Amino acid sequence: MAKKNYAFYPGCSSQKGASASNFVTSIGMMCDKLDIQLNEIPDWNCCGASIGYGEGGELPRLALNARNLALAEKNLPGQDLVSGCPACWLSTRETAERLHQHSDLMAETNVALKEAGLSFKGGVKARHMVEVLIEDVGFAGMKAQVVKPLEGLKIAGYVGCQTNRPFGIAGESFENPMYLDKMIETVGAEAVSYDQKVTCCGGALAFSEPEKSQKQIRDIVESAYDNGAEMIVTPCQLCQANVEIYQSEINKKHGTKLAMPVMYYSQLMTVAYGGNSKQAGLDGNIIHSQKLRDIAAK
Amino acid sequence: MSNQNQQAVARYHNNFLREVEERVEDGDWVKMCMQCGVCAGSCPLGSAWEHTPQKIFMMIRAGKRDEVLKSDAMWMCTSCYNCIVRCPRKLPITHIMHGLANYAHRLDMAPKGQPTRVIAKLFWDNLVKTGRVNELKFSLAMYFKDGFVQGIKNAMAMQSAGLSLVKAKRLNPMEIIGGHKCKDSSGIKKMIARAREIEDRKKGFTS
Amino acid sequence: MADNKFAAYICSGCGIGDKIDIGTLEKIAKKEGKMAEVKVHPFLCSTEGVQLISDDIANEAVTHVCIAACSRRAKTEAFYFPTVAMSRANLREGVLWVVAEGDAHDEVRQEMADDYVRMACAEVKKMKLPEGNPNHGGNKRILVVGGGMSGMTSALEAADAGYDVVIVEKQALLGGWGAKLWKRVPFKAPYAEPQDTGVAELAAKVSSHPRIKVYVGSTVAETAGAPGRFNIKIAQDADIVEETVGAIVQATGFTSYDIAKLPELGGGQANVTDQAGLEALAIAANGAAIKRADGKVVESVVFVQCAGQRDDTGKHLPYCSGHCCATSIKQAMYFKDANPDINTVVMYQDLRVPGMGEDFYRSAQDKGVTFTKGRASGVESSGSGCRVSFRDLILDEDTSVEADLVVLATGQVPSAGVDLEAWNPVVMAADGGAEDAKQKKAEMQKISILNLNYRQGPDMPQFKHGFADSHFICFPYETRRTGIYAAGPVRRPMDMLQATEDATGAALKAIQAVENASLGRAAHPRSGDLSFPTARLEGCTQCKRCTVECPFGAIDEDERRFPKFNEERCRRCGTCMGACPVRVISFENYSVDTVGSQIKSVDMPDEFSEKPRILILACENDAYPALDMTGLSRTVYSAFVRVIPVRCLGSVNTIWITDALNAGYDGVMMMGCKKGDDYQCHFVKGSELAHYRMSKIGDTLTQLGLEPERVVTHEVAITDNTRVAQYINDYVAQINEIGMSPMKGFN
Ligand code: SF4
Ligand code: SF4
Ligand code: SF4
Repeated sequence: MAKKNYAFYPGCSSQKGASASNFVTSIGMMCDKLDIQLNEIPDWNCCGASIGYGEGGELPRLALNARNLALAEKNLPGQDLVSGCPACWLSTRETAERLHQHSDLMAETNVALKEAGLSFKGGVKARHMVEVLIEDVGFAGMKAQVVKPLEGLKIAGYVGCQTNRPFGIAGESFENPMYLDKMIETVGAEAVSYDQKVTCCGGALAFSEPEKSQKQIRDIVESAYDNGAEMIVTPCQLCQANVEIYQSEINKKHGTKLAMPVMYYSQLMTVAYGGNSKQAGLDGNIIHSQKLRDIAAK
Repeated sequence: MSNQNQQAVARYHNNFLREVEERVEDGDWVKMCMQCGVCAGSCPLGSAWEHTPQKIFMMIRAGKRDEVLKSDAMWMCTSCYNCIVRCPRKLPITHIMHGLANYAHRLDMAPKGQPTRVIAKLFWDNLVKTGRVNELKFSLAMYFKDGFVQGIKNAMAMQSAGLSLVKAKRLNPMEIIGGHKCKDSSGIKKMIARAREIEDRKKGFTS
Repeated sequence: MADNKFAAYICSGCGIGDKIDIGTLEKIAKKEGKMAEVKVHPFLCSTEGVQLISDDIANEAVTHVCIAACSRRAKTEAFYFPTVAMSRANLREGVLWVVAEGDAHDEVRQEMADDYVRMACAEVKKMKLPEGNPNHGGNKRILVVGGGMSGMTSALEAADAGYDVVIVEKQALLGGWGAKLWKRVPFKAPYAEPQDTGVAELAAKVSSHPRIKVYVGSTVAETAGAPGRFNIKIAQDADIVEETVGAIVQATGFTSYDIAKLPELGGGQANVTDQAGLEALAIAANGAAIKRADGKVVESVVFVQCAGQRDDTGKHLPYCSGHCCATSIKQAMYFKDANPDINTVVMYQDLRVPGMGEDFYRSAQDKGVTFTKGRASGVESSGSGCRVSFRDLILDEDTSVEADLVVLATGQVPSAGVDLEAWNPVVMAADGGAEDAKQKKAEMQKISILNLNYRQGPDMPQFKHGFADSHFICFPYETRRTGIYAAGPVRRPMDMLQATEDATGAALKAIQAVENASLGRAAHPRSGDLSFPTARLEGCTQCKRCTVECPFGAIDEDERRFPKFNEERCRRCGTCMGACPVRVISFENYSVDTVGSQIKSVDMPDEFSEKPRILILACENDAYPALDMTGLSRTVYSAFVRVIPVRCLGSVNTIWITDALNAGYDGVMMMGCKKGDDYQCHFVKGSELAHYRMSKIGDTLTQLGLEPERVVTHEVAITDNTRVAQYINDYVAQINEIGMSPMKGFN
């Protein structure tokens, strides 16, 4: 089958040795199996993330994102820009849409881009990895590759904020999106229902407002426990990092015993597609899931 | 009063709504709020907000300039976008919160040492330098944002998490002497400077 | 008229024959029901079955038909025999579909069916074929009182539909309230800008319409007669002109609440006005900057919403007038459109802009009108303008705002004429000779609009706060005076768009009324009914209950003080029949006897049978359909009940209850529409009167030595099909608990 080509925008957290590096590892085999060819955008830059606003104004942030779009347009013509990181996707898509809607902003952005020797014509669509899976591959296509169904695994699908809002996945509701549950079922596991599916983990405020963010995280993890989940799965880098990393902090402060593995959907898929622990980036997790490791080792 | 602030006061003669409409990102939406309160009930850190988005919009309309710009309310926004998707009037609330925070920061009216404000600045500086964010430098900078002693404490507090990340190869201690960087970082710097200059001109900032 | 010949037709289709022994029914109809002919058909509503009946009517001189098949509400087109009297035994919805399945219930099912056949035979024997009111008028012209937006719209709608119209307006020009506006709230997409009122064009159209006769500067000096034959005296200056019309639309609108009653909000101050006052300023400005009365150009304005409205202190109007938020938005735009720099604040507690008003609100926000959620507590003069003190309801603080001009959004006060509740005692006193009462009566008469010469008073009965009573839940234009329809703010607060829709509806109702009247038939809700009430005056004790209780003012008094029925004014509810203590009022096909004989025809098991009998008198408008629907949804209820539909609970004469209890029924359930302020009674007062009468029945029960629970009343809406089954089953259980009636076997 012919490969589907995409201009890949990994984003800062997915760089080697960065907090979501195991995400990149895990999508390698998944993409292979699904005939997805990711072509990294040369010399891509940071999107500004959800905290860039404080110091950077509107136009500087638009310019940053437009630079990535322009690089994709120039070097990987005709390919949709795809990011695995919701924040990157959101910033890029918002930029593309805003520039499309406001010709004055488009003109001004191009003046700035010129300083970096680039120009953007507006011909690139920014998409999230999950959109590619659902819309271009489809649930049936994802299921077709499963060789080791993750039977007996109870998983809380944690969609979080930015994959879900303000854009979300087409056809899904903001309050109760179902696609992640469907993906969990596609790989043979059981999706538990719980009430924190789209709760905010505190996002970028995990650093600046630790108490408040950790309360969010605790609610999420506890609700997953209460509803019988053995694992949380998310499509979001920031969610993954926050929810996994801070459990030990919460335990220390509140005497709780939280130890809920938090995985990417891509790690599940890789294991279900027959990948080993390494291919699935399981060693990149701080809290391990023995069950998942066992299946991977089978 | 900062220079920028004095100029703004002179320019808008207490018409704060107009000031916001002209100078704050998506500020022209403020007048469209119908005070339903849905946003106020949607914020994850809601109870921590000194004034909810709903109130902030009302305060802007009531000309409460200082109270709004000096508040740390909008710095509580986690960018969860809950409010945006729920607002029946489709106000881009998240953007307005970001815009207000940014504006208050520009005028140097935002609370000094407000943690999110500090971090946001560190983040941006980090990013402008290389075009990409260096998570280790960023984290270290963050630990030391409150001064050296507090920095050690902060770092100690999160040490175990940091170590596990290092073990999991998700935090690279080698980055302190190098790490990720865009090739055209100088182009990026120029680009950002230019963008800022255009925006300042448009919004009537004089430096 | 030829001799009566009775025939019964039993249908065994729809599964009736499978579960019910048709042979038994046949025998009952013949022997007990004394039907001359009894025929069974496997599919009675088929062409063939219907033919069987028609043939008998044509060839066998059958004059009375009893059909034992489905509900009287089903197959009405097939079973349409207008030349004979007809009753229906409800075997399908009333027995087959509601009695529990299975052999165990065969016996009670059969007994129920048997009884329904007995009842239908008994009923039809007491019925006469109604022939319609012979003394009806046939005038089809329509009088419209009020020449504002509603009145003009009604007039044009009726005229364009081919009816001649007379329109009476007390001002010198047509236009009413609408003519005093600079612009109106938009009623077309994109609902963003104030638009021209269109009043002048409408007035020109009315004035030049060949079917419309216009009286301006005129009032109605007297209204006499009834639908199809109203005689109207129109006073124009000193002259009286007479016109005859068939129906009336009253579109007399409203006045705005007097701001002098609102001194706390600055009413009476120079720089405080109401919405009407602002319209006058806007007309004077003609699109340029709006100036105050003192000539100063207004640079800041505050609109105070709900001024003297939605008031819970009892001092001002308790209701919301519905239009004033949109009106203030429109008026705020007058300022912004002339000069966007004018500081324009709309101070509201709840902004209520129904329908597309939301878009209009948004448009005003877009123009920069400031909307402040606050409660104004005071307006005082300050500098060259006013200071409005208010509680900011969002920021939760007391604060104030300065403005050159303050506009109070006051409410609509309906112009519905004399309040009959106040009128009647005054008339009584005046008739008794009290001089001050006579004077008061003359005073009150001055505000009358219709000057009806009815015994019940000169105008329509009012509902609350002075609005004309107009069955607002189900049939908005139906008032309590037949052939007279209310349109526009006279019946409830509303805006211009709603008023024009209202006016169209009322015009159509008026047309329906003149058409029915010209055929001697009833108006809504028994539209087309040919029966009408008559009284055997020999028996009448002149107690006046019928004249007083008739919800529609249909009964006058003749010279000898006997009730005088105006058939065209009658809605055929039977409330008079229910009221009459000596039972002299009846309809050809609905009388104390038609129901009484059904009650008595039921076969009453003895005290030891453990088979109670419960009579249900169910209003045909809601309760009976609900019971049919219970059948349709196959919800089971007890087979111990026997249901008789009544025209309205108001028509229930207490004799039926005593008859039933005397006959050994163990309980009586009455089911009628909702009463009270949010009444759904199709005859407005019927249900309420029935409840009232039943509250007095306790004495009778005690006399008979019976428990008060033996008679119960329920409010049932048409959608209550499940609930109604529950009521029945609960009641049967309750009766089982208190035991069988001791009255069994006494007659
Ligand atoms: S995006 Fe910001 S303002 Fe909106 S609900 Fe989330 S935290 Fe609150
Ligand atoms: S949800 Fe929207 S309209 Fe409602 S108060 Fe918030 S911003 Fe205003
Ligand atoms: S009470 Fe009913 S039936 Fe009797 S006269 Fe009045 S409207 Fe007619």
